[in-house]
Amino acid sequence: MKRTENPRAWWLVLPVLAVVAFSALIPLMTVVNYSVQDIFGPGQRVFVGAEWFREILHDERLHSAFARQLGFTASVLSIELPLGVAIALAMPTRGAGVSACLVILALPLLIPWNVVGTIWQIFGRADIGLGGAFVHALGIDYNYAQNPADAWLTLLVMDVWHWTSLVALLAYAGLRAIPEAYYQAAQIDGAGAFGVFHHIQLPRLRGVLTIALLLRLMDSFVIYTEPFVLTGGGPGNATTFLSQYLARMAVGQFDLGPAAAFSLIYFLVILALCFVFFTVLTAGEER
Amino acid sequence: MAAIELEGVAHHYGAEAGADPEWALDGLSHRFEDGTAVAVLGPSGCGKTTLLKVVSGLLQPTRGRVTIDGRDVTPLPPRERHITQVFQFPVVYDSMTVEGNLDFPLRNRGVPEAERRARVREVAELLDLTALLPRRARGLSASLRQTVSLARGLVRPDAAALLLDEPLTVIDPGRRWEIRQKLKRVHAESALTLVYVTHDQTEALTFADLVVVMDAGRILQVGTPRELFETPAHRFVGHFIGSPGMNLLPCHLEGRAAVVDDLRIPLGAAADRAAGSRGTLELGVRPEYLELRTDPAAETVPVRVQAVAELGDHRIVTALLAGRSLKVRVPDGATLPSERAHLHFPPERICLYREGKLVS
Repeated sequence: MKRTENPRAWWLVLPVLAVVAFSALIPLMTVVNYSVQDIFGPGQRVFVGAEWFREILHDERLHSAFARQLGFTASVLSIELPLGVAIALAMPTRGAGVSACLVILALPLLIPWNVVGTIWQIFGRADIGLGGAFVHALGIDYNYAQNPADAWLTLLVMDVWHWTSLVALLAYAGLRAIPEAYYQAAQIDGAGAFGVFHHIQLPRLRGVLTIALLLRLMDSFVIYTEPFVLTGGGPGNATTFLSQYLARMAVGQFDLGPAAAFSLIYFLVILALCFVFFTVLTAGEER
Repeated sequence: MAAIELEGVAHHYGAEAGADPEWALDGLSHRFEDGTAVAVLGPSGCGKTTLLKVVSGLLQPTRGRVTIDGRDVTPLPPRERHITQVFQFPVVYDSMTVEGNLDFPLRNRGVPEAERRARVREVAELLDLTALLPRRARGLSASLRQTVSLARGLVRPDAAALLLDEPLTVIDPGRRWEIRQKLKRVHAESALTLVYVTHDQTEALTFADLVVVMDAGRILQVGTPRELFETPAHRFVGHFIGSPGMNLLPCHLEGRAAVVDDLRIPLGAAADRAAGSRGTLELGVRPEYLELRTDPAAETVPVRVQAVAELGDHRIVTALLAGRSLKVRVPDGATLPSERAHLHFPPERICLYREGKLVS
């Protein structure tokens, strides 16, 4: 193919560059700027080098927030991915049931994060919440505001309720894209339901599941609104995840230096995790 | 190793969609003899693929019976029939090696391991896949993928019949002969019953001992390639087979001649067969048998040459006979009359059709 060079094309890219600069690059560089200085006020600042980074990396409370975060993300992924695939497999493939299922699945995705938090905050209350009252009626002493395990469980159920649909919809789209001939060939070859799943459906879902995994990984790793609405990170620090901790540090205590150093590390961690998953999942895609 | 018999098989997809029943298969009966290679030929949408699915068990016919070697298999699922099928779209299990692909149908049937390995080697040898066995199936070319899916069909020791559903469609023309050669070799060595569905007449005629021509869910004719060419049993067969297809002219009978408008065309034995039949008939004659002449003779009719198409070793002349266009095949080198010409219809080559069917 012949490539044509036209320098004027750069002018067309310029608006995008400007938008990206204002919305991403400049804020990011500001954060970098903060992370290496101690700022007392306008015109009063001291260059501190890697001081904030060192301090952050040795912060015990940050370590525990990081551990909680990893635990939460791992639980969310290990529930939502298999459950989403299972729902997609169980969905009808034709008839009026398809539209009904799609609409029902899409509903949680349309609800804003803070509303999801509020819904479950009320739903889980023992006095006026349907869910909380029901669990109490079963004789279980459930109270997310006092019991760390209950708060965790509520958040987990909330996230599964909110986001499994996304995985299910992606997986359903992936399943529908498998040509009919594959299923027919499998029948002729005498494969059972498990064989069909293992050798046809799962390999062909690889692409969409990689996307689902990356989306849920990034999203659950920066979860903020739901625990904030439910218990504000409590009881104690039980549901204080990384972003919660960061926000407290930055806008609560105005420790801009350490907060900036922290957000850079946070950013790099997510980037590294996504990179690792992406590389592992797409390895062997080419032949 | 297996004779497949269809008895009054009919199928429509309407039952699922709730629409008016439109018969994809319209009550057809046919016996695929043991060890033969049969081509099922017909235009797109004529029910060929439905027919194969009914035989392999992917589809339960709405009506009718399918027997294999006398055993009624109509309600049985595919895995309980001794039949394998290769699809138009090459199906390969990408997550496995080529060897894993060949092994898959055997493993699913619980064949002992030593036997499996021997079988896979044998079939790989037959289809020149031995060198590829350890390779991942992902990323193979379309023709290799189709070869692998063919091998998966052949590997089963219990398979008595192989069904092929337009297996060469997605293969580039240059490689088609390769797979077709392999198929022929397989058929020669295995005594399998082969049913080969295609809409390509060249493929059907070169491949098969016997050709089944279908249209609109019915079998119109079963015959050898020669029979289909010389005595098409239905006007559709005449028109569909051949390139170009048979010329068809509305006519009526007067004594031993067919009259097209005012022109008399003398007939041979066909006239006796049609004797006594009244009403409109159709006269059919292949372009290959018509003779174009410069001078009039006793049994010629005048025509006007409208167009000439050069096709390398021969020419196809479009001639107008009383306003109707006819195709005439003229060998290369023969002199062509200019505008006015005379057409000779060899009487023994003429077929007569009433309501689409050959008068016999």
